[in-house]
Amino acid sequence: MKIMVPVKRVVDYNVKVRVKSDNTGVELANVKMSMNPFDEIAVEEAIRLKEAGKAEEIVVVSVGPKLAQETIRTGLAMGADRGILVEHDGETEPLAVAKTLKAIVTEENPDIVLLGKQAIDGDNNQTGQMLAQLLGWPQGTFASEVAPEDGSLSVTREIDGGLETVKLNLPAVVTTDLRLNEPRYASLPNIMKAKRKPIDMKTPADYGVDMGTRLTVLKVEEPPQREAGIMVESVEDLVSKLKEKGVI
Amino acid sequence: MKKTPFDTEERCAYRDSMAKFVQKEIEPFVDQWDEDGDFPWELHQKAGELGMFAAGIDEKYGGLGLDHDDAFMRAWSAIEMGKSSAGGVMASLGSRNIMTGPIQKLASDDIKDKCLADIVSGRKGGALGITEPGGGSDVANLQTKAVKDGNHYVINGSKTFITGGMKADYFVIGARTGDAGLAGISLFFVEADAEGFSRQSVGGKMGWWASDTATLFLDNVRVPAENMLGQENMGFLSIMNNFNYERLMMVGQMIGMAERCLDESIKYAQDRETFGKPMIKHQVIRHKIADMSAKIDSMAAWLNQICWMINEGDMPVEQITKAKFSASKMLEYCASEAMQIFGGAGYLRGNPVERIYRDVKVMAIGGGSEEIMRDLAVRQMGL
Repeated sequence: MKIMVPVKRVVDYNVKVRVKSDNTGVELANVKMSMNPFDEIAVEEAIRLKEAGKAEEIVVVSVGPKLAQETIRTGLAMGADRGILVEHDGETEPLAVAKTLKAIVTEENPDIVLLGKQAIDGDNNQTGQMLAQLLGWPQGTFASEVAPEDGSLSVTREIDGGLETVKLNLPAVVTTDLRLNEPRYASLPNIMKAKRKPIDMKTPADYGVDMGTRLTVLKVEEPPQREAGIMVESVEDLVSKLKEKGVI
Repeated sequence: MKKTPFDTEERCAYRDSMAKFVQKEIEPFVDQWDEDGDFPWELHQKAGELGMFAAGIDEKYGGLGLDHDDAFMRAWSAIEMGKSSAGGVMASLGSRNIMTGPIQKLASDDIKDKCLADIVSGRKGGALGITEPGGGSDVANLQTKAVKDGNHYVINGSKTFITGGMKADYFVIGARTGDAGLAGISLFFVEADAEGFSRQSVGGKMGWWASDTATLFLDNVRVPAENMLGQENMGFLSIMNNFNYERLMMVGQMIGMAERCLDESIKYAQDRETFGKPMIKHQVIRHKIADMSAKIDSMAAWLNQICWMINEGDMPVEQITKAKFSASKMLEYCASEAMQIFGGAGYLRGNPVERIYRDVKVMAIGGGSEEIMRDLAVRQMGL
C-alpha cells in the first residue's frame, strides 16, 4: 500500500499572530513557520501504518513556496520516504490545491491520501473533501482512528453527536482530527538521514493547474479585545445580572 | 527565517525537535522531579531515541557516525535543554556524554560492543569518574591507584561528585598507574557490578536536585587488563577534547538557562503592576531586561563562533575556557536580576527562576571552575 500525505507550511502554532497594519492579512515576515499540526498527525499515522507492515511507501507532498521544502523535510525526518514540492509563491486556495493533488494522485496512484482536516492558517477545512470529490473517491473526514482491513479502511470519525465509524473502499481520502495520535519528534539520526531522501521539484504548470485565486479577502482584523468582567457577590446576584442583560 | 549564517535546515530541525521534547517531556514535570530528587528512567530512553547521546558515536552503536559530528548540533541542543530550567535532569541525562567519548575513542571492540549501544539508546547509564574527595580541580594530584597484577589491574580509591553515578551501569574511572602528574593517569572501564565497587548518594545539594550524584568506592576492584582505555599513563591526556566538549555544552546550557530567566522576567513584568503601571513600563526594569538580553546575545554569538571554529577542525581551547567562565558570570547576572524582578515570588520554590538561581553555582564550579578556566585561558594565551 502506498500513502500520500499532503502537508502545508503554516505559521507555527506557538506564534501569536499579528494582523498586518494595512489589514490585508497576517504578518509573515520573521515569523517561525512549521508543518500544519493536523498534517503532522497525518504523517505520523502514515508512518504507524508503515511500521505495522500495512504500507510500503509514504510520499509527502506540498504546494507552496520554495521554503516548504523544509516542511517536507520534517515529514521525511519523521519517517516518510520521499517528497514532492509543487512550487507556488502566491495564495494557495483549497480548490487549486485539490486540483494539484488530484493530478499528483493520477501519477502516483496512492491507495490512501491522508491529510489534516484543515490547516491552522485559513482553517478552511475544504481541501480533503474537494480532493475526494474531484477524484470520485470515498472520504473519511475528522478521523480519530484508522484501521486498515482487507481492501478497505475502517475510519472512526469525530462528529458533533459523538463517534461514527465508516468503512471505505480503497483508494480513499482520509482527513485527520486532533486525537488520532501524538506525532513523534524528528530524531537527530533521522534528520540526518532525511537529507539524503529525494524531493521532486515541480510547478503547477507541470500539472496544468491554474493557481489563480477565486476568493477575495476584503479585510483581516484582530478579534475584538475582551472587556473586563465584573465580580458578583452571590448566585442570586449572578442570576439577576444575567436577566438584566436579557441572556436568560 | 535565518537568524545566523549557521542556521542550516537540519540544525534548525533538530533544535525544533529538542524544543518540542523539552516542552512536552520535561517542562510539565520539572517542579515535581525537583522535589522528588529524581526523575523516571524512561526519560533517558526517550532522550536516546531523540538522538541526544548520538554525537561523536559510531553508527553501528546508534550514533550519528564519526564524520557527522557537528558542534552546532551539540551546542544548540544544550541551549534548548538549558531553557527547560531542569538543571538536574540535564545533568543526569548528559553525564553519559562525557564517558561515551572516551569509550568510542579508546576502548576495545569488545567493550564497545558490550556497552555503547545500550548507553547511547538510554537503556543504560554511564558516568565518568575523575574528581576525588581529596581534590577536584587539581587533577594532576589524583590519588586513586591501579596496580597491574598479571592480566588484571587492581584499582583502589574513591571518587565523588559523580553526576549520574548512582544509576550508571558503566564507568570510566581515572586512576594513577605511573608517576605524579597528569602523565601518570590511565583510564579504566569499570562495571557497576564489579566486586569491590560500591557507591553512596551525595545528598543535600544546593541545586540539581533531580540529578543522581554519587561517591564511588573502589576497594580492590579487579578489572581485566584490556579494560584500560588507551595507552598506559596517557588516558587522561588523550581525553582532553572530551572536557572541551563538556564545557561547550555547559556554555550552551547556560545560555538557555539565561534565556529562560529573561523570558520569565519579561512575562512577569508585563503581567504585574506596581506604582500604577505594569512593571515592564518602569525604566529600572526595562534596563535590566536590556542588559540581560544584550549579555545573552553576545554569549550566543560567541558560542556560534566557537562552534564554527570546532567544525573547521581546531579545538579552540582558549576560546572555550574563556566562554565557560564568561557564561557563568553572565548567567549569575541574569539569574540574579530575574530574581530581583520576581521579588518575593522568586524566593518561593516551584518556579524556574528560583531553580536556575540555585543552579548557577554548579555551572560556575562544575566542568572546570571559573578560577581554573581563567588560569587555563591565560596559559593558552602563551603567558
